[in-house]
Amino acid sequence: MRDRTLWTWHIAAGVVILVFLGLHMAIMHMSNLLGLFNPAGGRPVEWANVLARSQSVFFMVTYIVLLGAALFHGFYGLRNILVELSPPPWLKTTVNAVLLIGGLGLFALGTWAAIAANHLPHAA
Amino acid sequence: MLTQKHRSNHLGIWGWLGGGRWGFERYLYILHRVTGLGVLAYFVLHIGVTSMRTLGPSVWARTMAQVEAPIFVLGEYLVFVAFGFHAVNGIRLVLLELGISVGKPFEPVYPYRTSVHHQRPLAIAAMLLAVVVAALGGVNLLSLHQ
Repeated sequence: MRDRTLWTWHIAAGVVILVFLGLHMAIMHMSNLLGLFNPAGGRPVEWANVLARSQSVFFMVTYIVLLGAALFHGFYGLRNILVELSPPPWLKTTVNAVLLIGGLGLFALGTWAAIAANHLPHAA
Repeated sequence: MLTQKHRSNHLGIWGWLGGGRWGFERYLYILHRVTGLGVLAYFVLHIGVTSMRTLGPSVWARTMAQVEAPIFVLGEYLVFVAFGFHAVNGIRLVLLELGISVGKPFEPVYPYRTSVHHQRPLAIAAMLLAVVVAALGGVNLLSLHQ
């Protein structure tokens, strides 16, 4: 794919990240100020809050969208930084392959986790 | 026939660090890359750590207990600050890419002016916003640990 297309996707992914990671940061790092999506109160990483968000279809879908956008944005950004250092062609191909395989692997792990967590049993 | 000449990036990674006579925006460029790499490194670890929730509440509690040390809390706050900077500076870069806040083209007349004069207020406003985001995260962190 041409770099111009990938660059456009890089920027588009940045906008998606801004919205969904912004929401994630507001939930996790401004919990005392905003109190968003933490139904059990207390800290956002407490099991009851984690379970409530994981079992929501909205959060499952947005986690997967955010995961894909962030992995593409981050790994394409890293690839650009590395390619800018003028590696020989074989190393450039290796960098592209490692980042692509690594990115797809992390996307598979994160997507599986989001779907599996959505099916966790309800708290007693 | 046109031939492509390979030009090596001879300064390599050191070329990032020396802004030379470049201005404020050049240092924002370096910081954008450094914060991007930091957030990416954290994100890769974060995918692994948060996947632990699929193994149930006891594994989750043990995992969270391992990352409750002050050094991790500080590290997580730094990631939040890095995200805040990267996001706000990213908005600035997208606006510039769309031609917003670069000024209208004009005939170059000595003494030459650059579009940086038009961009500077946006850069300053973006950094003020990044400071506000970092401060809000700091207030939240302090209120959680009181």
